[in-house]
Amino acid sequence: MYSANTKEDQTSMLKEIGVSSFEELIRQIPEKFLNPAFKFNDKALDEMQILKRFEELASKNTPPLNFVGAGAYERYVPAAVKYISQRGEFLTAYTPYQAEASQGLLQTIYEYQSLVCALFEMDVSNASLYDGATSLAEAVKAAVRITGKKEIICSNLLNPEYEKTIRTYVNGSCLITKLNSPNGVCETNTLNEKLESGNIACVIVQNPNFLGIIEDMPKISEITRSKGVLFIACADPVSLGLLKPPGAYEADFAVGEGQSLGLPLNFGGPYLGIFTCKKKYLRQMPGRIVGMTKDKEGKRGFVLTIQAREQHIRRNRASSNICSNEALCALMAGIYLTLLGPKGLRELALLNHNNALAALDKLTKNQKIKLRFARPFFNEFVVDLGTETSLLRKKILKEENIDIGLPLGFMGEEFRNCLLVCATETKNEEDFERLAGALEKNL
Amino acid sequence: MIENDSKLSIEKSASGRRALVFNARNKNGIKIPQHLLRDTEPLLPELSELEVIRHYTLLSHKNFSLDANFYPLGSCTMKYNPRINEIVSSLKNFEDLHPLSDDACAQGTLELLYHLEKALCEICAMDATTLTPAAGAHGEFTGAAIVKAYFENKGEKQRVQIVIPDSAHGTNPATSSMLGFETVEIKSNEKGQIDIETLKKALSERTAMLMLTIPNTLGIFEADIEKIVSIAHNSGVVVYMDGANMNALIGILKPGDMGIDLMHLNMHKTFSTPHGGGGPGAGAICVKKYLEPFLPVPRVIKEKGMFRTKSDCPLSIGKIKSFFGNTAVLIKSYAYILSHSNDSLSEISKNAIINANYLLKKLGKLYPPHNREYCMHECVLSCPEELLKNQVRTLDVAKRLLDFGLHAPTVYFPLIVKEALMIEPTETESKETLDAFIQAMQKIYEEGKYHPETLKKAPINLATKRMDETFAARNPDLRWESKKTCSSKV
Repeated sequence: MYSANTKEDQTSMLKEIGVSSFEELIRQIPEKFLNPAFKFNDKALDEMQILKRFEELASKNTPPLNFVGAGAYERYVPAAVKYISQRGEFLTAYTPYQAEASQGLLQTIYEYQSLVCALFEMDVSNASLYDGATSLAEAVKAAVRITGKKEIICSNLLNPEYEKTIRTYVNGSCLITKLNSPNGVCETNTLNEKLESGNIACVIVQNPNFLGIIEDMPKISEITRSKGVLFIACADPVSLGLLKPPGAYEADFAVGEGQSLGLPLNFGGPYLGIFTCKKKYLRQMPGRIVGMTKDKEGKRGFVLTIQAREQHIRRNRASSNICSNEALCALMAGIYLTLLGPKGLRELALLNHNNALAALDKLTKNQKIKLRFARPFFNEFVVDLGTETSLLRKKILKEENIDIGLPLGFMGEEFRNCLLVCATETKNEEDFERLAGALEKNL
Repeated sequence: MIENDSKLSIEKSASGRRALVFNARNKNGIKIPQHLLRDTEPLLPELSELEVIRHYTLLSHKNFSLDANFYPLGSCTMKYNPRINEIVSSLKNFEDLHPLSDDACAQGTLELLYHLEKALCEICAMDATTLTPAAGAHGEFTGAAIVKAYFENKGEKQRVQIVIPDSAHGTNPATSSMLGFETVEIKSNEKGQIDIETLKKALSERTAMLMLTIPNTLGIFEADIEKIVSIAHNSGVVVYMDGANMNALIGILKPGDMGIDLMHLNMHKTFSTPHGGGGPGAGAICVKKYLEPFLPVPRVIKEKGMFRTKSDCPLSIGKIKSFFGNTAVLIKSYAYILSHSNDSLSEISKNAIINANYLLKKLGKLYPPHNREYCMHECVLSCPEELLKNQVRTLDVAKRLLDFGLHAPTVYFPLIVKEALMIEPTETESKETLDAFIQAMQKIYEEGKYHPETLKKAPINLATKRMDETFAARNPDLRWESKKTCSSKV
């Protein structure tokens, strides 16, 4: 119960309003709908009881030693990120509609946009969307609007969660063709053929792809753009500490899952949709954008800008219906990148890459475990265990509380013995030892 | 001139300075071909940890927030965000859970989500709930996709229109377009309510859905709601309720009882989760039984005493984002619900309504109200004629409020009211705070009448004066491009 009014307050306010009872205030509501009975909670919990109840619930979760990535990555969340983002001045503010009273928040968003643009080497970024999947879906919709074309080519090694989200967003209005990757990366010959159709709005490729493998993005982008088709890159932001950024291969749109930038796993959210594009597509961008300006004394200031794209102005002709975004997550990502700086980011990316190499090394000491694709990867790779992996995963989880990785059987028969294993900065040699030991025992 | 306190982090950067360090364990080197590697360092700032903390702390001081300021934004429900909710949602075993974890590892979270769904069904008299939408507008998108799938499954593909009152939030028509529906806007009557005859004319065998905000954006409950719903249902039209204003109804009325077929709830409004400067939120969708098969996946179910996620739902609209919803936000909202009982839930809306009517009564004398009758949880006023005559507009009133340490109400919305000020005090504000707001508004009225230049200049007391928004739009500067000059234009 967080209401402020005492019984006396209520009485005196009702009197001032000029009614004798609260019911008079709501007399437009048909009486038969009023005051229904509820049965969701017999007794309100006090604060201490809430803490106890939620501690009990939390204790029923048993997070394992985790080697699953597949689009959500276990990250170390730096103390400063947590500390600053919990400050009430940021936590309890609303969207900065009143610029003069929101300069702090607006500047953090401007800086977030700058940091993301620097990382992706793209021209412009918005203030955030819901997550990587919805960012990609919005990029696809923008590409369809720009080109007026209705076919989309999508790598079959795009995270399946993303592909499904795109399908819901385009909702039958576009044809989605998949680009096969029999060798763990996009086949550029097939891409060339598919692009002949002439009705293609965009090509979507994720890097690293769903199997953790690094694609030849410069080449794919070149082929795509040479046919006048828009290229959409979906990139993991931490990998960009090492890998060529989307701007360097002239992606038209570049999106990504910002959870990697210092956000907890939180069972799926809140995450952070990174959305960037070339400046010529600025007016097709969904969501809020902050710009630098000056106040009437000429002092630097920040405002929400280019708002004519947005739902509250343009209504049914808006570029998207998005209103609430993930501002606090963008703040966290901004603090994270500011703490890292260019050197820290590279260290972090290197550490991820090396941990994955170390994990693979440890695993393949076992003759039964083989790397499925001999291709460069970032922090995730696919191994073949020579036996069906989904039952094995459950068994080892139960016996050792280790989640060995994501079984890939859902991708088809040829993957039924495959496992997608991820090692971020949070893992070390000892963890790989435990993983290898558990597999050794069970294979 | 750039004052020291608005320096960007990049402008404070010094080459070689470090904050967060990861000890290298890089014995394996880089096994990636050179041509796929980054060849330039990204332009990120280089600061010490103290400098980072100080940078952001000073920025936080340049910001109004609910914790420090009365924040009566209409339609936004800026109520207190209980801190216990922050504590419980960040318990380690909640935070550390991977969304693709085996259900066996996630029993606590799944149990919580399952019971939250049930509680929302009970609060709204609906049959099934999905917690996956990330925000209110995302919920609307989900709802419209559900209705589209429902009619396609029923073989009524000709239903391609959504009927929306002109008082609706912009998200409603934008949602309609996103899914390829045609928007049919209906004009409200002079009371700001739906005109029955206009509605009848707008509905046809081509209508899929009627989208209603209840109470509407003028803070008025549609007195004819029974008739409206029955007219829609008789035309085979699904009735959607935008639940953005549920803070007016919670505990005193269940939308499902009025015949609403589906609705969304904003956890960051009615259920007290913080707005975070614009998000994250969460936007549950509650539906009647017949729409349940179309809900997005994954669902949360209980089977043989175990909680699990289910994705094999053949009629489902599919996925609306990756993985699950904004779980941490949902945990907070469940803590908020459990801090209320069956009997005390109505105290929320009751106090919200009393507070709004108190403001309406006191301010309505000077600022003409759109509606002379009682309001629900928010009221819509206009800038007085006496002030408009002096070239003082609503925007000036809003900016002047900032000088008193009070956040402005929502302005120029709803669009159907000229010079609108939309005020939603919420139940967590005290009478004393409301009185201080009333006093400030009275003073602003006097100023507007006798010293209009004061209002035109406002804010006066803030470090930042009136912003040049036109300059920003004409000269988009949306990011830094180098360490020194930040004025190069895109």
